[in-house]
Amino acid sequence: MPNYASSTEPPRKAPRSFSVGAVDEPTEYIAPNSATNDDQADILARAQAGDHQAFAQLYSIHKRRVYSLCLRMVGSVAEAEDLTQEAFLQFHRKIATFRGESALSTWLHRLAINVVLMHLRRKGLQVSSLDELMEPAPDQRPGRSFGAPDLVLSGTIDRLTLQRAINDLPAGYRLIFVLHDIEGFEHNEIAALLDCSIGNSKSQLHKARLKLRESMRGYLQREGNK
Amino acid sequence: MSESADNLSCAEFQAQLPDLIGRGEAIVDHAHYQSCKLCRALLADLAAIAQAAHQLFPVEEPPDALWEQIESAIVREEANHNLP
Repeated sequence: MPNYASSTEPPRKAPRSFSVGAVDEPTEYIAPNSATNDDQADILARAQAGDHQAFAQLYSIHKRRVYSLCLRMVGSVAEAEDLTQEAFLQFHRKIATFRGESALSTWLHRLAINVVLMHLRRKGLQVSSLDELMEPAPDQRPGRSFGAPDLVLSGTIDRLTLQRAINDLPAGYRLIFVLHDIEGFEHNEIAALLDCSIGNSKSQLHKARLKLRESMRGYLQREGNK
Repeated sequence: MSESADNLSCAEFQAQLPDLIGRGEAIVDHAHYQSCKLCRALLADLAAIAQAAHQLFPVEEPPDALWEQIESAIVREEANHNLP
């Protein structure tokens, strides 16, 4: 594969709303590479015409974010590789139909999300639509009375515990959390990806974080009781 | 559970939080948040989770061999597509 040094992604954006109630205004999408818009349009046009080198460039530009998204959603390197491969194969099959109604990256990420969701469905997840994903069953939502002060998580969060809690999240919460807090997508980008409102993205992210906190407190309490 | 200056219990305030956040309201300006240590601790935990997630899970690089697999699959698909 050629070395497309100019096609590397910039550092991932840090989510802006670590603090509560932060205003997350829509922003212009930041193209995930340093190529100019004209360069990108040219690469896309060539890939749509069947140019393998151009498609390899698109892969090089987008591979990290697609792979990371798959990896965080399924938690397994082998499965993430399979899903990334499937996402890019579908991308290749469909690229000639891309008409530019959205950013190419949005289109690709939506495609990758659908590949991941299809995979989760095959593994037994009972969801038929994104709407169902976005509003988990009542028993999967975070509980109330979560303000007890006996266990403040700050400073006690490690990667393994957090990964375990992410894996235990209902898929819709996991998707929102991975997209926003790990991958650094803005709420307006998530709304475009998942066909939901920005407000819905924000409120679901809050519930996802609550559910994570609930899980991690549970793990820590159980370990403390051993 | 405590009641604060705005007469909301913690449960009531926390039940409202998803909607308040969804509407983009500044929670730090809310009377209950300002007067309730428990709810401030809760929201500090959530912010800590978000920050940790970003720090603990960097963007990952797929293995180089993955492109070779994808490229091979593309070539196979195109060959099948071009069969008479």
